[in-house]
Amino acid sequence: MIGFDELARRFAGLERRELVRWVENRWVLPEEANGDGGERWVFHEVDVARVELILDIRREFAVDDEAMSLVLGLLDQVYSLRRQMRRLCDALEQQPPEVREAIRRALPRAGGESP
Amino acid sequence: MATQTPYEVLGVKPNATADEIRKAYRKLAKEFHPDLNPGKPAAEARFKAVAAAYDLLSDPEKRARYDRGEIDESGAERPRYSYRPHAEGAQGWKYQPEGEFDIGDLDDLFSMFGRGGARAGAHGGRAGEGLSMPGPDRHYSLTIDFVTAATGGKQRLSLSPDQWLDVTIPPGIEQGQILRLKGKGGPGLGGGPAGDALIEVHIAPHPFFRREGDDIHVELPVSLAEAVLGARVPVPTVTGPVTMTIPKGSDTGAQLRLRGKGIQRKRRGAETSADQYVTLKVVIGVSDDPDLAKFLEDWAKQHPTDPRREMGQGAAQGAAA
Repeated sequence: MIGFDELARRFAGLERRELVRWVENRWVLPEEANGDGGERWVFHEVDVARVELILDIRREFAVDDEAMSLVLGLLDQVYSLRRQMRRLCDALEQQPPEVREAIRRALPRAGGESP
Repeated sequence: MATQTPYEVLGVKPNATADEIRKAYRKLAKEFHPDLNPGKPAAEARFKAVAAAYDLLSDPEKRARYDRGEIDESGAERPRYSYRPHAEGAQGWKYQPEGEFDIGDLDDLFSMFGRGGARAGAHGGRAGEGLSMPGPDRHYSLTIDFVTAATGGKQRLSLSPDQWLDVTIPPGIEQGQILRLKGKGGPGLGGGPAGDALIEVHIAPHPFFRREGDDIHVELPVSLAEAVLGARVPVPTVTGPVTMTIPKGSDTGAQLRLRGKGIQRKRRGAETSADQYVTLKVVIGVSDDPDLAKFLEDWAKQHPTDPRREMGQGAAQGAAA
């Protein structure tokens, strides 16, 4: 968990008003620190990684604010699906072999052909 | 203390030109050169730090890599943050799109592709005749803005493009609080009651409002003239702007209270009331104004003040050493 100053130190190209805008856009969701005047927000590791992701996307693909919202929205959906898939896999793994086999048989092959 | 950036070591701005960096380096290198400071290990350490900082910043390629966060102050490769492990890790849930389906609830998964959930079970012959079960609870997360959290209101939570819940937010809701909407969860089986929707509320931070319990705190910039002469100025509150009197002779840090402008809520039927605290911050704004400078030159001569008096002897000695 780090505050804004430490974050700005880590990414030399990051400006305070820029980060404020990202938080307002809900691209980054820091936790609100209680009471402390200078450091109002604390950033967890996932938030730091997200700041780097946004900086990377912007630099490498010259993405503007509007397109950034779209890109992040799509990325969040993909990661959400991947998390759900992982949970489904975990649940499948815990099934007895005959259940897993039955599911494997029932799954159509990618491309639409039946097994 | 955190490590200094090479810009801080050389005392230059992060956007300094190569020329400015060279000048800053030469000046500091002369000042702390070991030959000019024999037997002073502190100066030698500074000299080394300055040389290392210059080594990094004088090389355009290294400097660019440092600015991009690829290498650290010492020039060592910084570990790349990959977003994926975070997104898929325990903290990743925070960035889940609102109203996303929950695979833990198979009905959600089935309905995603337009199939019956509980009914599909009946086709398989597993759900017995006359079996009655309450529906499952469903979990959602909803992010609301700071002002809605303070004043309460309605917020729509979309579950899918054509399904939503209108959630009533009570005033003064807390971060992480869970709202239960009875009967808005999964449908019951065989005439059983529907489950509940459990909505975990997250409050987005606000650019200038801050909450302490039910009180609202805000830092208000005021001009030098407003602070010295007093003024009536508009102040934002969670229920809209109000006019506040800045008393004559106010200073940075002065705290004014707007009674009843905090979070108002009903507790056991009775209205509770809280306040908004406004902390003044004097902003000069026109620090290069020649008229103001001229006035202050005369004024300062007649009114010597020391704003650092309370920092005491210790601080003064520390600065001199």
